[in-house]
Amino acid sequence: MTTSVDAERTITVTVNGVPRQATVPVRRLLSDALRHDLGLTGTHVGCEHGVCGACTVLVDGAPVRSCLLLAVQVDGASVTTVEGLAREDQQGGQVLHPVQEAFRECHALQCGFCTPGFLVTIAAGLEARDADGPITDEEVEEIVGGNLCRCTGYANIKKAVHHADAAMRDAR
Amino acid sequence: MTTKLFGEPVRRREDARLITGRGRYLDDIGAGALAAAFVRSPHAHARITGIDVDAALDVEGLVAIYTYEDLTGPLAEPLPVLIPHPQLHAPRTGYPLANGEVNHVGEPVVMVVATDRYVAEDACDRIVVSYEELPAVVGVDAARAAEHAVHEEIPGNVAARHHQETGDVEPALAASPHTLSFTQYIERSACMPLEGKGVHARWDPDDSSLRVHTSTQASTSVRAAIAAKLELSLDAVEVVAPDVGGGFGVKIVHPWPEELLVPMAAIALGREVKWAEDRREHFISSAHERQQRQEITVGYDDEGRVTALDVHIWHDNGAYTPYGIIVPIVTATQLVGPYDLPVYRVVVESVYTNTVIVTPYRGAGRPQGCYAMERTMDRIADALGLDRAVVRERNLIRPDQFPYDHRLTFQDGRPVIYDSGDYPGLLTKLKDLVGWDAVEERRRDAERRGKLLGAGMALYVEGTGPGPYEGGHVQVLGSGKVLVSTGLTSQGQGHETVFAQIVASELGVPIEDVEVTTGDTRRFGYAVGTFASRAAVMSGNAVALAARGVRAKALRIAADALEVDPQDLEIDEGVVQVKGTPGASIPLRTVAVLSNPLRYAFDEAARQATQFAGPADDSRPPVAEGDAPGLEHRDYYSPVRSTFASGAHAAVVEIDPATWEIDVVTYAVVHDCGNVVNPMIVEGQVHGGVAQGVGGALYERMAYDADGQLQNASFMDFLMPYASEVPDVVIDHQETPSPLNPLGIKGAGEAGVIPGTAAIASALEDATGRRIAAMPLSPTQLYDLVRDETTERTAQAARRTGVPA
Amino acid sequence: MKPAPFRYADPRSLDEALAVLSAEEGAKVLAGGQSLLPLLSMRLAAPAVLVDINRVPGLDAVEATGDGVRVGALVRHDALLRDAAAARVQPLLARATANVAHPAIRNRGTTVGSIAHADPSGEMTSVLALTDGSVTVATPEGTGTVGWRDLFVGPLETSVTGPAVVTSAFFPALPERSGTAFAEVARRKGDYAVCGAGVVVTLDADRRVSAARAAYVSVGLVPEVHDLTDAVAGAPAEEADWAAAGALARSLVEPDGDIHASADYRRLLVGVLTERTLASAAAEALGKVA
Repeated sequence: MTTSVDAERTITVTVNGVPRQATVPVRRLLSDALRHDLGLTGTHVGCEHGVCGACTVLVDGAPVRSCLLLAVQVDGASVTTVEGLAREDQQGGQVLHPVQEAFRECHALQCGFCTPGFLVTIAAGLEARDADGPITDEEVEEIVGGNLCRCTGYANIKKAVHHADAAMRDAR
Repeated sequence: MTTKLFGEPVRRREDARLITGRGRYLDDIGAGALAAAFVRSPHAHARITGIDVDAALDVEGLVAIYTYEDLTGPLAEPLPVLIPHPQLHAPRTGYPLANGEVNHVGEPVVMVVATDRYVAEDACDRIVVSYEELPAVVGVDAARAAEHAVHEEIPGNVAARHHQETGDVEPALAASPHTLSFTQYIERSACMPLEGKGVHARWDPDDSSLRVHTSTQASTSVRAAIAAKLELSLDAVEVVAPDVGGGFGVKIVHPWPEELLVPMAAIALGREVKWAEDRREHFISSAHERQQRQEITVGYDDEGRVTALDVHIWHDNGAYTPYGIIVPIVTATQLVGPYDLPVYRVVVESVYTNTVIVTPYRGAGRPQGCYAMERTMDRIADALGLDRAVVRERNLIRPDQFPYDHRLTFQDGRPVIYDSGDYPGLLTKLKDLVGWDAVEERRRDAERRGKLLGAGMALYVEGTGPGPYEGGHVQVLGSGKVLVSTGLTSQGQGHETVFAQIVASELGVPIEDVEVTTGDTRRFGYAVGTFASRAAVMSGNAVALAARGVRAKALRIAADALEVDPQDLEIDEGVVQVKGTPGASIPLRTVAVLSNPLRYAFDEAARQATQFAGPADDSRPPVAEGDAPGLEHRDYYSPVRSTFASGAHAAVVEIDPATWEIDVVTYAVVHDCGNVVNPMIVEGQVHGGVAQGVGGALYERMAYDADGQLQNASFMDFLMPYASEVPDVVIDHQETPSPLNPLGIKGAGEAGVIPGTAAIASALEDATGRRIAAMPLSPTQLYDLVRDETTERTAQAARRTGVPA
Repeated sequence: MKPAPFRYADPRSLDEALAVLSAEEGAKVLAGGQSLLPLLSMRLAAPAVLVDINRVPGLDAVEATGDGVRVGALVRHDALLRDAAAARVQPLLARATANVAHPAIRNRGTTVGSIAHADPSGEMTSVLALTDGSVTVATPEGTGTVGWRDLFVGPLETSVTGPAVVTSAFFPALPERSGTAFAEVARRKGDYAVCGAGVVVTLDADRRVSAARAAYVSVGLVPEVHDLTDAVAGAPAEEADWAAAGALARSLVEPDGDIHASADYRRLLVGVLTERTLASAAAEALGKVA
């Protein structure tokens, strides 16, 4: 048998475009590794059983619950967290992702705890969208339907998705 | 003029950090801290016969284990009864760690501190606590039956008997043309913020000071509690509420055991210690609310006017009463709503059960009171064959009756005197907004589609902004930056924005120059907390008063400098100028510099205030008598009594009579919170409240079994609504300013949740023709209700054709 | 809520995976992990070793042929949902998968994993039964096929024990002149169903019902297929008494109650969903009869 059976592993993950290395016990959840080993506390933990969606991150571009993955499972993968949504501009500042802009403009957040999960989920959902026309209410509900928010009642979150969709289609 | 910001939908200033992952919530603090975890009771009621920690001792990374035996001094005493009341005759509170007995599943028994949370949980797993189980009392009816006692020395399980009456109810009932009596129930839900509780403590042994971060709604009072319980001087303790991921009431309770134990461990170990509550802990050890049994007798005349109301409520307060009888009082006094009731008597018996404690959850007893009153209105309408809106309309307090004295005593000990309102206006707007008069048409249309449709409405009045006080501090720096602080805390309400709007408007500065800090005892030591829809009323007015103080001082200093009368000055865009005289001006930041006479020029701005910088009046001291250096002012707002916001909601539901699935197809809100600081934020509060109202009416309940085990302690089984379950909400506004405070505002935080259960129950009853006397209602329960031959039919159903009998 | 300690292996071949599973006592296979990880975090499961098969090559294919659809052990729900060829051969796959949780869970969770997990409230166990499917199981001794009837032993329990990896599931193709439908009632969209129904209706050349079969979600301890043909056999598809088939279904099932639904309510839903899905499936089948 050549496969090693380990209690601890050193992993390399490209997080928000930057290769990062960490040595973690194999039971470390990806959510904890991002927050506590890599210091990226933008990803929040709301339930640790995969229901609330606050911890959602993108693994190789697709939204997944980081509390339902072990850190060792993403060794070699690429992870995007809320900290990686905005891009740098030429002047050393930040250009917010259209979904971030839309959340602010539409008052789509209150306490902000669930917000990172929504933002990365919506960003991925809109970027994966190939239709030309405006996003439908049904599509919006499908994109945001797996994330819990206790503050907003979702009305402004749905509004923000429409808003961001319009901005992203304009930019194309 | 950009400084007139009061009333504008200003975009939130806190969002910049929250949308980029730069918020700082409790668990984001203290990267190197030790982690605490708890062994909690698996039993609802038991005596602890032994705690064996031996097996945990060889867990690598274990740092410390604490049981009750390790607590000393005040910490070994029961937790405080935070809000004592003469009618709370048998208060009980738990200990930070159980002292020989546990009274609900989830009660903390042992605290473990280890190098990280994983290891701490490993150690918890190995600790063996032996119990002798005792009979569990679960649910308000079991408590009332008192076959068993939660606390041995309180055999009837009654903690308090809260009683108020405004006249002699029995003769009034006897003289009433009609009376009816009924009993109804409402279930438990919970605040369930997405972020659980959490505490981080750091002890500095060099200066013997403690800094505690806690996810709280009341940092100043947590500070006082820690100082008292750990026997520290108040000035050695700082408490900071960082970004808080939602509260809704559960974080107003304090000190939670962990808020004392984590600092205790940090001091004992000389290390940073942190506890971040996980979701299961939150379900079984953080507070719930709402279960009541309500027995109502109402007298009324042929027109549907109430002649007397007699209400007897049994309120489940859970295992302990740390928050006193606030929820019972609020139910008792807010039940009366917008109605002019000639005689009212209410008794609320607050009873112990072997379940998690019951303390305010957004609405804090109001949803239950509204449910009692509004369902009474529905019953009267049904009995008389009148439109439900008409019966309500006939009972409303008229606009010319304000101030309206209900002759009741509110939760703040002050009289329930409504300050202002226009309730007929609310009802008219609501009927228009929801299309009340077209409901029959919609019902027929739904029938054609094979659906049962029904509509319901509910009105409420909400006492908001209770005292005793809040304070505000405003300081203009030499840079022009305006620092604002207030002691109460924020959990997503947008205080940084609305307080900045108020200060910018009052002071005449760009909002970009204003920085607001809340909930940090280092900045502001006196505060009460964020609850009861009070932040905008209390701290909003306090920071306004503080800003007015700064403005007066600025004008005085500028008047000296410009050699004009202060009355001829105005402040706009951060510049003090002579009205109508362009050029005769001085920037506010310069006024700030001048306000602080200096010896040392530590920067360029400071140079202007040094002693040789300009001509001075040698006959006067540099700081005038009675004055103080600095362009700052601290002030407090302390109201004589609460303001009373109001609103009206209507819901239209469609039911699939094959599967009994319930769909809220229309939800309409008319809302009146007086003058509005930021309409965008107020609407956001309404939306969020409605979602919790719908959740509480149709999805959420705490499902305890008879042994006191919470069967749905997860987000899988406790059904907090997703976007797919929350209806679209249409909102209309009315503004009747409060005469009680300088800004004319009333609170808005809780309003959205209050009438949800009442309105939806009414709509379900209207749709099915079956009496709805227990909420929330799920499809499986609705199926049981409609096929049960003994379920009462409404009189309206009999009058109407086409409703299945 | 943190997992108890375990050790971890991520073998690069099936043989290696089986070798670790054989060598290590208390070893458990990790595929999508969307059901397993919550159990670990709640410490309701504490395997000594997790054998992560996600790096084993060759297990991520969906193969649709005339006979049916073979779904590899690492095929995510989302991939199956979007596989047009699979949907043509066996439309129940996409229809049922669309009801599995939410997109973020479907991005990671695997169809085969949910079958191996044998949760009676899972959609894909019922679909495997309804389509008369099977799984392929690799063990150190070799590879074998286990039919669905032999696979499901009880709730969260299958006949696959010892060192073994379920490498694929096979869903036979939809028969000719057949239509399908799948519907659920859930408390919240994306929740485990209170009750779900999948049906297949097959017509004869004269557009009469020749077979009607159903399988349910969250009803019974293990998946079962109920033959409802008797209630509607020989009836013209447009006029068949689907309500009678629903009534028959109600009499055949033995649901349990829980906090979300009483047994009676589940039985009611079995009838309603059966009637509705059969009608829809029959309409689809009609479109395939010339």
